[in-house]
Amino acid sequence: MCANCGCQGDKATMLDLQTDETTTIDAAHFPQNAGHPHAYGHGHVHHAAHDHSDDHHRPGPHRHSADDHFHTHVNVVEVETRILARNDAMAEKNRAWFAGREILALNLVSSPGAGKTTLLEQTIRDLAGKPPLHVIEGDQATANDGERIQKAGASVVQVNTGTGCHLDAEMVGRALSALKPAPGAVVLIENVGNLVCPALFDLGERAKVVIFSVTDGEDKPLKYPHMFRAASLVILNKIDLLPHLDFSLEEAIENVRKVNPEATILQISARTGERTGDWYDWLRHQLTAARQSAFA
Amino acid sequence: MHELSVTCSIVDLALETARGRKVHRVTVEIGQLAGVMADSIALWFPEVARGTPIETASLDIREVAAFARCDDCGAEFATPTMVTPCPCGSFRFARLRGEELNIKSIELEEVH
Repeated sequence: MCANCGCQGDKATMLDLQTDETTTIDAAHFPQNAGHPHAYGHGHVHHAAHDHSDDHHRPGPHRHSADDHFHTHVNVVEVETRILARNDAMAEKNRAWFAGREILALNLVSSPGAGKTTLLEQTIRDLAGKPPLHVIEGDQATANDGERIQKAGASVVQVNTGTGCHLDAEMVGRALSALKPAPGAVVLIENVGNLVCPALFDLGERAKVVIFSVTDGEDKPLKYPHMFRAASLVILNKIDLLPHLDFSLEEAIENVRKVNPEATILQISARTGERTGDWYDWLRHQLTAARQSAFA
Repeated sequence: MHELSVTCSIVDLALETARGRKVHRVTVEIGQLAGVMADSIALWFPEVARGTPIETASLDIREVAAFARCDDCGAEFATPTMVTPCPCGSFRFARLRGEELNIKSIELEEVH
């Protein structure tokens, strides 16, 4: 949830596996108040189908207090701002930070267990520093994945979101300041395993990559359309298991196309290394594009 | 779950705008395809707002119906879901409305 407000209780933390230093990610914010039993305010929803011609909104009522020389009135301030404006602004800051260093940043998302970390381990070993890879690992808890990445040979910062269901741009910005990726490098951000919430939060990445395991069921894109629509690349992973499964690649690809006709779709096995070359080609192409666009 | 984060952002923006003044109403618009449940925001709002200057404010959520224009036939059509195709069968279209996630306005009490 929000690193901003911490209203969920648990604060996000980050562990720099190079220095073993743990830091709390705690942005300045209003006092947190969630969890109390009584509520004074209230919310209500006007559904899309309703007609709002009878809006009782503005101009606001003018109310006089008992003292005629001192009265209050209601003023309507037109805000017209994206609700996630703060995250968006932080994401733009990250994006500019990447651009200034000609760094390619990718936001990797999937359901838990689709093989994001295995794909990263294989990628780190195969590319062997050309280009240099850095990883930001997002999980609710544990540094297990961060340790796997470190063992594979990349520098990594583990962000633990506590009860939070996604990484946000603030967490990534904080992780970058610890990670200090080299100019011209690739930063792979492994989001919390979740196909819902991360779709909404821009981290400043160049592209979102969805890892879609063939053990997941062909209709994943239809069940989680927001995430698949936001992705530039969909990687169908674990294709080595296809002979053992009733999974129709054709149907899965058709479902991706329904939600996102533009996405590139690759079929690989991160475990066996089968066709991972397609992913590395895509990665290098994106890195070149990121370098070129840095001066565009 | 991300509705809690979104509610935190609403409260945060309202507090920044209010700067201590009493807030009567916060109006937000949420597109049908914004990926956020309006009912869940309505439930979270009083909890997140409690103890802040906007705790007595009401939250008005306007849902925005989703529409798109087809790239192939040019028709405008309603898209109640992310995977609604154009009546002509095409999945290639530009979304016109329905992805909004905005704070529209805040009603403040001014003392003179």
